[in-house]
Amino acid sequence: MTKKKQIPWEKKNLLGIEELSEEEIQLILDHAVGFKEILGRPIPKVPTLRGKTIVNLFCEPSTRTRSSFELAAKRLSADTLNVATASSSFAKGESLKDTAKNIEAMKIDMIIMRHACAGAPLFLSKNVDASVINAGDGSHEHPTQALLDVFTVREKLGKVSGLKVSIIGDIAHSRVARSNIWALTKMGASVTVCGPKTLLPAEIEKMGIKATSSLREAVEGADVLNVLRIQFERQKKAFFPSLREYVREFGIKADVLEKYAKKDIVIMHPGPINRGVELSQEVADGPYSVILDQVTNGVAVRMAILFLLGHARGKGGLKSRKNGKK
Amino acid sequence: MEFQKSSKILDGEGIKRSLQRIAHEILEKNQGIENVVVIGIKSRGAHLAERIAENMGKIENSEVPVGALDITMYRDDLTEVAEQPVVHATEIDFDITGKKIILVDDVLYTGRTVRCALDELIDFGRPANIQLAVLVDRGHRELPIRPDFVGKNIPTAKEASVEVRLKETDDTEEVVVLA
Repeated sequence: MTKKKQIPWEKKNLLGIEELSEEEIQLILDHAVGFKEILGRPIPKVPTLRGKTIVNLFCEPSTRTRSSFELAAKRLSADTLNVATASSSFAKGESLKDTAKNIEAMKIDMIIMRHACAGAPLFLSKNVDASVINAGDGSHEHPTQALLDVFTVREKLGKVSGLKVSIIGDIAHSRVARSNIWALTKMGASVTVCGPKTLLPAEIEKMGIKATSSLREAVEGADVLNVLRIQFERQKKAFFPSLREYVREFGIKADVLEKYAKKDIVIMHPGPINRGVELSQEVADGPYSVILDQVTNGVAVRMAILFLLGHARGKGGLKSRKNGKK
Repeated sequence: MEFQKSSKILDGEGIKRSLQRIAHEILEKNQGIENVVVIGIKSRGAHLAERIAENMGKIENSEVPVGALDITMYRDDLTEVAEQPVVHATEIDFDITGKKIILVDDVLYTGRTVRCALDELIDFGRPANIQLAVLVDRGHRELPIRPDFVGKNIPTAKEASVEVRLKETDDTEEVVVLA
């Protein structure tokens, strides 16, 4: 009921957080509040995107993100189509562009894409007329994860600006870390990344953040810990001597929290958790953990994004395309 | 921009009296406040709903549950509206099944907003009935919808626009017709 003038959403695609302004991030988060309320209704479904078709093009394994997007689309009454690589023509050697062109020829409105190569969604967006949403591309960005993380922080602590957030783990291979750093710094939080030297990219401080290899430094004074998964599938060589050593130095365990953490610290993890590695069992299921809230919020945030892209006012928005020459 | 003639139809006192009368009429028709809930359509209908419920509560020395409905998600013109709609949360923290719902909006015009609200309400449960209260009925219905309680009937030209200004949203209290 505020009379605050909201900026209109004008982007056709959501490819990364880097290209978003603080106002655009706020707009998504503000909308997500309304969509979260819908999820709590007896019939958690609204007719907003009725008649729109959304394709999930996942060229990398995913449970959470794909189901979250699919559910978000269904809650908005859009039709969804899942294309998984293993069972698709990719396996027969069709190029990405051809697959996309063919799917688009079936008259669809949006493509949600996950790909092992950074930049694949950007490439796709240049070749199709549909809106493209990046659901994770290589080690580049995972914008919706960052948005749901920031939304969760804002929901739990009432604000983002001025908070101290530490991201712990495999920063070098993590698109979640990169998107989170963009989102958090744009929103005015101060960010520290922490991990073994081999997993901290050189000159990461240039993103306007602190980097440390001391877990104690990262945990002390932090309002939020975002603990990342050790991505065994992306590490082609050994980045730390042994798993046991990693757990000893960087694993978040109850005694670490007891010794260094603030009393009301919030612990997040993008999932899936390697239990007993980056998070101990008791911390993952403990009172500070908001991991399952993150999953719920993920659906609300993705609904907000689908809604905004579905009704974008910009040149590339669905509206202008429908009324335009095509 | 063209010059617009504006004429005031209701002032603050007029609005207050209309809402008072509507509260009485609701109580008369429903023989009290048993099972009656008031739900306003955001944003101005929600403010009016609160005032009507307060009036009813005062008369009956009791409290009437109030809710607010955001109908953005149910609009049939989402792809056509000039300005990008802003999504707010619907706030109904009671079960509507079996209740007599007084649905409140500021201006009744084409009836499409009310259609959205009805669709949305039905998704929340199965009310005993739904009655419609509006501050202004300006005619030009495009759907078979009629109000049960009306503050003021204002015959208008289709090109004209009716604005309800309330202190919660607009710092003033009046109903004006811009023609």
